[in-house]
Amino acid sequence: MTVSFRFDPADMPPGADALRAEVREFLQQERARGSFDPVLGTPTGLSRDFSRRVGARGWIGMTWPQAYGGHGRSQIERYIVSEEMLAARAPVRAHWVADRQSGPLLLHYGTEEMKRQIIPRIVRGEVTFCIGLSEPNSGSDVFASQTRADRVAEGWRINGTKLWTSFAHHADYMIGMFRTAPATKEDRRYGLSQFLVDMKTPGITVRPIINMAGMHDFNEVHFQDVILPAENLLGTEGRASDQATAELAYERSGPDRFLETFSILVALADALGPDASDAAIAAVGREMAHLRTLRHMSLSVAGMLNRGATPTVEGALVKDLGTNWEQALPGRMRPVALPPGADRTALDAVLRQFTLLGPKMTIQGGTREVLRGIIARGLGLR
Amino acid sequence: MPDDESRLIAETTGRILQSADLTAAATAVEQGAWPQPLWAALDDAGLPLTWVPEDAGGVGAGPAAGFEVVRLLGLHAAPVPLAETLLATRLLALAGVQPPEGPLTLALAPDTARIGASGRLTGHADAVPFARHCETLLVIAADADGQPVLCLLPRAACTLTPGQSIAGEPADRIAFDAKPLATAKGLTWDACRAWGAAIRAMQMAGVLEQVLNLCLTYAQDRVQFGKPIGKFQAIQHALAELAGEVAAASAAADAAARELARSPSVDAAALAEVAAAKIRCGEAASLGAAIAHQVHGAIGTTYEHSLHLYTRRLWAWRDSFGPEAEWSLVLGRAALAGGGAGLWPFAAR
Repeated sequence: MTVSFRFDPADMPPGADALRAEVREFLQQERARGSFDPVLGTPTGLSRDFSRRVGARGWIGMTWPQAYGGHGRSQIERYIVSEEMLAARAPVRAHWVADRQSGPLLLHYGTEEMKRQIIPRIVRGEVTFCIGLSEPNSGSDVFASQTRADRVAEGWRINGTKLWTSFAHHADYMIGMFRTAPATKEDRRYGLSQFLVDMKTPGITVRPIINMAGMHDFNEVHFQDVILPAENLLGTEGRASDQATAELAYERSGPDRFLETFSILVALADALGPDASDAAIAAVGREMAHLRTLRHMSLSVAGMLNRGATPTVEGALVKDLGTNWEQALPGRMRPVALPPGADRTALDAVLRQFTLLGPKMTIQGGTREVLRGIIARGLGLR
Repeated sequence: MPDDESRLIAETTGRILQSADLTAAATAVEQGAWPQPLWAALDDAGLPLTWVPEDAGGVGAGPAAGFEVVRLLGLHAAPVPLAETLLATRLLALAGVQPPEGPLTLALAPDTARIGASGRLTGHADAVPFARHCETLLVIAADADGQPVLCLLPRAACTLTPGQSIAGEPADRIAFDAKPLATAKGLTWDACRAWGAAIRAMQMAGVLEQVLNLCLTYAQDRVQFGKPIGKFQAIQHALAELAGEVAAASAAADAAARELARSPSVDAAALAEVAAAKIRCGEAASLGAAIAHQVHGAIGTTYEHSLHLYTRRLWAWRDSFGPEAEWSLVLGRAALAGGGAGLWPFAAR
């Protein structure tokens, strides 16, 4: 088996440039009104008001069917909006997960009622989703999940704990993966099912987990005899692993996998001013070479997905390269010398923040080691 | 997807290179020989004329087709100055000069070669690839205003001191004090450097692909501790990392090639893309060569094993037409021109 990689450019839809200009203008206006800082973003990265304004512009649910309130636009147009928002450090977290994966999942596997009730609200930026996947005893080994969903007269009874659930404390809904049957000897992935969980359901307790940066992103979510209606089972019982795979292809290689620390370069550029040394200029140049390459690859993968392909290896490669690069960026920029008298305040603040947030970047959404295993399989080694 | 023209030319090139004994050719070249059968096969297929305009008797193929040839030359570690010939003919065509026949090579010498008002080319150029095997050489010298002048010079008019690149290919010093056969102005230094750098980036991308495949084969064939070494997680992860570098190099080199197709005279946007590619491919070459040797163990460090034919070319070409450090300055300056607010628009062009 010979391996070869080609990253053909994605076809840019007509109006792409105009869309990009629109988004930039919107972000410029938002910055002017103080919605966020271009280097530090906002303290939590989450703003329901901001998400509503984004929704009002038609930039959430861009690719979803108009029948359910979506905008029927292309993946590439969605990509353009996403990368502009991320590079600007706009506070997108209130709608990000819903837009990226929960909405598409509901459109695929939800009931008509769910789609009509929930999709339009996601599109308007009114609804926040979280993902209940990891547990205390299942992180990388995600299919070892033990939180149980037992059939009862009223529907399903959920007992157990989900861990590392980002923004569960703000979420209106969770897409939770619970065990409806034991795994079998032939198929250790069997027996897990996806459910729509209304976070206001009695029996759900959310406890904060504060990260090293002092921020509250993660949570423990405890389920004690939580009753879900029968129709909240999404898709096929026992087949969450198949349903999740398609999701992951989208999640794996988007701009959020390499743009997370980009604002370090913005702060550095501002601090360097017009009298930067050659060493500093070259340091920035090197990072821009990596960023451009990552963007070419990421856009190309988006184009492949748009054409209906499942570029598993390419997607994993982009995520591995991207997260390693973004994680390393604060460490590489820390030693860059500024001209005498330069103001380091904003730069130091963002370096500190991303140094503290660095470790999670090669852990969240699939660790580096798991990704490399996926790549190795794609190379025919496993 | 390559276009039809590119695919046809690539198929022709691939067929010739696959049927040649390139290991023997590379060894012979390292010992000073000229790989006549290989060059003849490529020449018979018209490949040196890929980028020569039709009205100058060439194939007149588009940029994409030539870059496919270049990628394959890297993939096969072909020890011939075909990439150099393509580069020289490309620049000559851009300057409106008819190229001479036979293999060509290029000496970009802004600091050491001068063309005076009298029209005499003086000075020297170092490490000129395959100079001793080319009847005519393209020297790009500086005129009195420091502007680049393309000068076609017979090798016979030079004093040649043989040398070798780290890859074992001829890399000769030429000294001259002669009137060129032809001269032309109109290109910029940036344009000349960029075409050279983009070609080297594409060659490196080709080599890296082959290096990955050599590693995959080796990892499956070499058995230790009762199983193929490719079953060990450490090896799998190393090869996953290598695959990342191979993929990145491919993407970067292709992006540069596309930009040069759009802007053959190399506008600012094209220059930035070439800079990014040369930097990224240079880094991929370094990391890739290191991983490949680590995976291959002791046998891969021998002359007899073919791995060095590839890794030494990675080491040679990462320094050719500007190492990463030089291009990082170019890209950094362009990126920082708009301050912090201009950085993302620059990145997302």
